[in-house]
Amino acid sequence: MLEIRNLHATVNGREILRGINLTVKAGEVHALMGPNGSGKSTLANVLAGREAYTVTAGEVRYEGKDLLHMPPEERAREGIFLAFQYPIEIPGVNTAYFLKAGLNAIRKHRGLEELDAMEFLALVKEKMKLVEMDESLLNRPLNEGFSGGEKKRNEIFQMAVLDPKLAILDETDSGLDIDALKIVSNGVNALRRPDRAMIVITHYQRLLKYIVPDFVHVLFNGRIVKSGGKALAMALEEKGYDWIKNEAQAAAYPAV
Amino acid sequence: MVNVTRAVDKYLADFARFTREDAAREPSWVRDLRTSSMARFADLGWPTTRLEEWKYTNIGPLTQVPFTLAAWATDGQAVATLGPITLTGVASGQLVFVNGRYAPSLSWLPPLHGGVRVESLAAAVRTCPHLLEPHLARYARFREQAFVALNTAFLTDGAFVFLPQGTVLTQPLHLLFLAVPSEEPIVTYPRTLLVADPDSRVTLVESYVGLGGGVYFTNAVTEVLAREHAVIDHIRVQLESAAAFHIGTVQTQQERASTVMSHSVVLGGALVRTEVNAALAGEGSECRLNGLYVAAGRQHVDNATRIDHLQPHCTSRELYKGVLAGQARGVFSGKIVVHETAAKTDARQTNKNLLLSNDARIDSRPQLEIFYHDVQCAHGSTIGKLDEDALFYLRTRGIDSEAARWLLTYAFVREVLEPINIAALRGQLEQQLATRVHLGDGRGGV
Repeated sequence: MLEIRNLHATVNGREILRGINLTVKAGEVHALMGPNGSGKSTLANVLAGREAYTVTAGEVRYEGKDLLHMPPEERAREGIFLAFQYPIEIPGVNTAYFLKAGLNAIRKHRGLEELDAMEFLALVKEKMKLVEMDESLLNRPLNEGFSGGEKKRNEIFQMAVLDPKLAILDETDSGLDIDALKIVSNGVNALRRPDRAMIVITHYQRLLKYIVPDFVHVLFNGRIVKSGGKALAMALEEKGYDWIKNEAQAAAYPAV
Repeated sequence: MVNVTRAVDKYLADFARFTREDAAREPSWVRDLRTSSMARFADLGWPTTRLEEWKYTNIGPLTQVPFTLAAWATDGQAVATLGPITLTGVASGQLVFVNGRYAPSLSWLPPLHGGVRVESLAAAVRTCPHLLEPHLARYARFREQAFVALNTAFLTDGAFVFLPQGTVLTQPLHLLFLAVPSEEPIVTYPRTLLVADPDSRVTLVESYVGLGGGVYFTNAVTEVLAREHAVIDHIRVQLESAAAFHIGTVQTQQERASTVMSHSVVLGGALVRTEVNAALAGEGSECRLNGLYVAAGRQHVDNATRIDHLQPHCTSRELYKGVLAGQARGVFSGKIVVHETAAKTDARQTNKNLLLSNDARIDSRPQLEIFYHDVQCAHGSTIGKLDEDALFYLRTRGIDSEAARWLLTYAFVREVLEPINIAALRGQLEQQLATRVHLGDGRGGV
């Protein structure tokens, strides 16, 4: 589904990604871990199409197509969803109205009928249950005045409505207490499907107790320096990132 | 300078012909009013950018066009459509004016009883001078303002609305001023007078709509008198053609405990200025000034407001928002004067601007003049661009760039559109806005 080859990217002239290689197949859940500043969020934003990031080398194929030349809305319509680490507050834009506009743009792109107001309402009511989200939030301006937990639930709720093929969850666990973390994780797990892939980005292992990944990758200095199964996450929890950093540095500068 | 003088001379010559021919059989009080206004205009001359109030707006291009007075009565001939702003079926009465003249065949009047008057100004001069004379040109300041003087000198038609004590009109009244193309550039001087006696209540909508292209000039003046406890909602929509000049002045005069809500929506025209001036001349009176201006291409849109707090315990709230794209230029100057007689004044003014392109420009000037100590006054002004993070967020949900820009722009303006309490009108305005915002992505249109 997704093939990242030797991806390099800069922001404000500073190189953040320095050769990422990653293959994600349908049905798989990949956890992307790493210390702060390792490039996790940059990778998420590059995949979603944020213009502030410049790709300087490499390529990304998504379902065989060249992803990097698609504008963000086309990526979304092709089935990529980014759950933001810091969801934006947009005063004056009604949550339901915004989501209906997005959903119908995506449906139209996929050759499906656009939903009318009643069909849309039925759909969102069902999906809100997944993350135990209060219906009153629908008629409020997007994320405005939402608590941290409500914003994160809103992201997963949007994912449920927009029905992506590839979901990228950027630090969805940050700022959540343990109850909210369980609710959000349950929502995510309910959305796991054989035809859907997920990239779960997190700094901590605790999220991976609830969303159990098939693969774990450790990002450091803009590269994936270690990959493995879910046991790798456990090892990181025990030993911390220093272990990886030392290993990576040793590999980069072999002793003479 | 020579050219400007010559331009004044042309208007003087036109005036001489106009009073000799068209206005020859008018009552003497109207003639006297014209003559003194024209004399005042000749003294004042055209406003130049050397005047503080006109610092950012050069009307040179307007003075150079040899406008001719619109021809007399046409009764709506050659008008196939009323254009995008109509309140047919919504308003209790809709008076349509074509190139400044009342067109009865396109209009309908509300059922009138209890002494309510809704009619063309030209008719009112004949039918009810006793109601008109004490008020016409008593509030708008033709002695200080050249364009008000010019309008007063040439006024021929427009609307007169009189509400006797206790009259409540539940549905709005609509005055629709249509500009249709003519062979040569014409000038019209629409004049509106609303007199609301104590405890009366009305919503008055004035729309200025261009139905074709071409250069023309609308110089409109509206006077509103709100007597004790009167409540007036005044909505002014300006949607002139792309090459039009429009100078509009609204002057309200408020007596004790009256309320005036003023909405000014400016969308059209090439070189435009809209003044809304409110005089809070009765204790405990309250005014709200809402404004929205949206400009693209090379439009120049000047918005000037002045609120005079003349008596104690008056409240004013002002919110003007501007959206500027292309190479458009916007001006907001908001003056609040708290006179020494105005204890316990409570005044707040806000101006917010959204620039959709790098070449658009806004000059925002709030001004407070306070001559009394026991008052609360606040003002603020902001200029910003669309939030790139918000745009990206919307696009990651499948919304294309154009639609995302529109959503965010609409989110910005809705605060000044929502108080317009007529759903049908709001819908029409939103549609006009949408087409303008969709014209481009900051390169050309809005």
